[in-house]
Amino acid sequence: MRLLEGEGLTRHFGGLAAVAGIDFHVDQGEILGLIGPNGAGKTTLFNLISAALKPTSGTISYQGSQITGLPPYKICRLGIARTFQTVKIFAHLPAVRNVIVGSLFGTGSRTSGAEALRIADEELEFVELSSLRNVPAGDLTLAAQKRLEVARALATHPTLLLLDEIMAGLTHTEVDEAMDLIARIRARGITVIMIEHVMHAIMNICDRIVVLDFGLKIAEGTPAEVAVDEKVIEVYLGEEI
Amino acid sequence: MNAFRDIFLTGLLLGGIFALVSVGLSLQYGVARVLNVAHGEFIMVGAFITFWMLGSINLNPLVSLVITGPAVFIMGLILHKTLFRRLMDTSPSLDVFEGKSMLASFGLLYVVQNLARIIWGSDVEGYNFLNSTVTAAQIPLNRLVALGFVIVLGVAFYLFLARTRLGKAIRASAQSPTTAELMGVNIHNVLAICFGLGLGLAGIAGSLLSTLFAIQTSIGLGYTVIAMVVVVLGGLGSITGAMIGGVILGLVSSTVTFFQPSLTMIAYYVIFIVLLLSRPKGIMGK
Amino acid sequence: MKTIRMTRNRGITLGLLLIAFLILAFLPQVTSGYVITLLIDILKFAILTVAWVVFSGPSGYMSLATAAFYGLGFYIAAVFSGTFPFPVLVIMAGAVAFVVALGVGALTLRLRGVYFAIFTFALVLLVQNVVLEIERVVTETRGRFVDTVSTEGVYYAIFIVFVLTMLTAVLIRRSRYGLALQSIGEYEEAAAHSGINVVRTKVLTFAVSAIFMGMAGAVIATRRTYIDPYIAFNLNTSFLPVLMAMFGGMTNLAGPVIGAALFTYIGEILLTRFPDLYMLIFGVVLILAILFMPNGVLGLAQRVWRKIRGGRRAPA
Repeated sequence: MRLLEGEGLTRHFGGLAAVAGIDFHVDQGEILGLIGPNGAGKTTLFNLISAALKPTSGTISYQGSQITGLPPYKICRLGIARTFQTVKIFAHLPAVRNVIVGSLFGTGSRTSGAEALRIADEELEFVELSSLRNVPAGDLTLAAQKRLEVARALATHPTLLLLDEIMAGLTHTEVDEAMDLIARIRARGITVIMIEHVMHAIMNICDRIVVLDFGLKIAEGTPAEVAVDEKVIEVYLGEEI
Repeated sequence: MNAFRDIFLTGLLLGGIFALVSVGLSLQYGVARVLNVAHGEFIMVGAFITFWMLGSINLNPLVSLVITGPAVFIMGLILHKTLFRRLMDTSPSLDVFEGKSMLASFGLLYVVQNLARIIWGSDVEGYNFLNSTVTAAQIPLNRLVALGFVIVLGVAFYLFLARTRLGKAIRASAQSPTTAELMGVNIHNVLAICFGLGLGLAGIAGSLLSTLFAIQTSIGLGYTVIAMVVVVLGGLGSITGAMIGGVILGLVSSTVTFFQPSLTMIAYYVIFIVLLLSRPKGIMGK
Repeated sequence: MKTIRMTRNRGITLGLLLIAFLILAFLPQVTSGYVITLLIDILKFAILTVAWVVFSGPSGYMSLATAAFYGLGFYIAAVFSGTFPFPVLVIMAGAVAFVVALGVGALTLRLRGVYFAIFTFALVLLVQNVVLEIERVVTETRGRFVDTVSTEGVYYAIFIVFVLTMLTAVLIRRSRYGLALQSIGEYEEAAAHSGINVVRTKVLTFAVSAIFMGMAGAVIATRRTYIDPYIAFNLNTSFLPVLMAMFGGMTNLAGPVIGAALFTYIGEILLTRFPDLYMLIFGVVLILAILFMPNGVLGLAQRVWRKIRGGRRAPA
């Protein structure tokens, strides 16, 4: 079943098209990888889905209905949560308060304070940050901050989770832990779209991969198909996929 | 037709003065990131130093520029090295620094204005200087002289930024402080110099203004507001923008004043607010 | 153990608040004149400062529009002076300030950082000049006269507004709106993507804080028989609350109140004798507070206290 579908999505910055007429979709329960060189339009696509940006043209539908033009908070309450390429946490608030913001405002139904706190603690447990729940988020390590963002997003009870390079800047062990985390997220029935440069992670986890270059979709398919695609190899010339 | 010509000429002359008042503020914000609300106070200080030297040693106001400019420049350097430098070091982000430095400049406004009031009192002062008129359009000579100085200063400043090593460092820092630093620019010195230059220009503007208008220790805020309007008009941080913005505001001012003088201030604020809402990056901004 | 101590601390705080409330409530019965006049001034600034902190503290949007809403209160009181009873005037002022702030907020809260600050700054001057022009054209005067109210009446009015301001401030801080504002102040984008209706939260709190500014204006207007746009829309009314909040500290609500009280009291002493010096000191303190007291006097006191206690505990 199609969960999210974009048609002819285009976004211009000045004269440049960061995303140029992209069609894509993600099915319920799937993990979709989004790859491509820097400046290919991956984060712009995330920004369009999460409504941080309005598309110049094109439409996005979610669970069968149009969501183009809705404000970000409504997108979130509908069940599309995201993390950010450069972490955007509430640095002076304790970790648990960061997550409470998600459970209090993002779930789409009115949550009581006690309920929000319970959810927040559950999600902290899920990302294995319970021991650091009272530490100001700004004092956490980068890996912990990325997990905290995931917890905040999960606390909004998403159907679809957008993960923007949650493995960038992490050590090998931390990357393995992040892969494990994504697997456990999928086990909860949450659909995931992930942007990632860590290729072995993408190839291992994703069911399907969309490759972008200069704002265009140049390839799409299973990891095995994409890995042998000539256009993809050209783009990643010299890099081992 | 004559009325139209008069409005245009008055507006142009006034615009030159507005540009002079504003370029300094634009430099302070554009490079040093200090939205200096006390800018006008240093115009007032320049004006009073000139007035005071005319009275005590009979120094020609135009000569006194050579003293007020550097004197206020040094005040700026010291202020930046002590106050704003420290704020910069303790602020976690540029946004925080901008907020804090603007607040601090409010404090500065009160300090400078009230020190001036203690020294010079709060009476209206003034003197006559070259106020005979030239040509049929009844243009006072002092305004022409002021405009001439503005143009000379503008060109000199442009050449300074375009040609000298320091000027290039300043432009690089305005583009990207981190890159400039990597290229070996001592960013703290450049910022301090920019802040100082901005204030120095305010001092010079004050000297020139004292040849045209009556002065009082409370005139500063009025000029700050004009400078802010002009700078927002031209785009915060753009030197050329400030020049063009000054002329536009001068023309607006002379037009509105011609029809209904009491609406002039309202016109400034309306332009300011409408611009902020519609084009916060200025009319020339992208 | 920890919870017992917390409950006890809470009890002490509530007790102290109750005592302060009772003293303030019954003071006019035992004294009059100077003390009451000074308290009116302190309460006025406490209202303005706390109301400012409610919005600008957590959100980080530095509003300099306080004087606009306060002055609006002045004019409501002046224009309808004699037409409506005093309490109605005060409520009207709050309502009008709320509505105007809703409009201003909806227009401007997309501006960020210094842009928002200079906008609100220009707003005060615009309103001042517009009112000046209206008066010139319509009434052909510069100022207006306001019916006065007894000192005791003004005192109780400002006291009630103060209590309302504090209650509202506490409620907002404890409610979901408090957390929402805080996260907006920390990272607006992340707040929006976590489900917070950023625009509504900002505009609504901005407007709620304006209610009390307008009310305070209407009450204080009756202290002056004559008002004009320069008195009503004075930029100092915008700056002083910011200074008092910075001076007192904004981590809790006691800070702004202490800042307002201390500064008004010092001002009272200096202003009558050395007006220039007062404003000079005002400026110096503002700069020093920004430089050296990020959490205000309250924060400073806590830091010193911790150092003293820590010093005792430290091994010799």
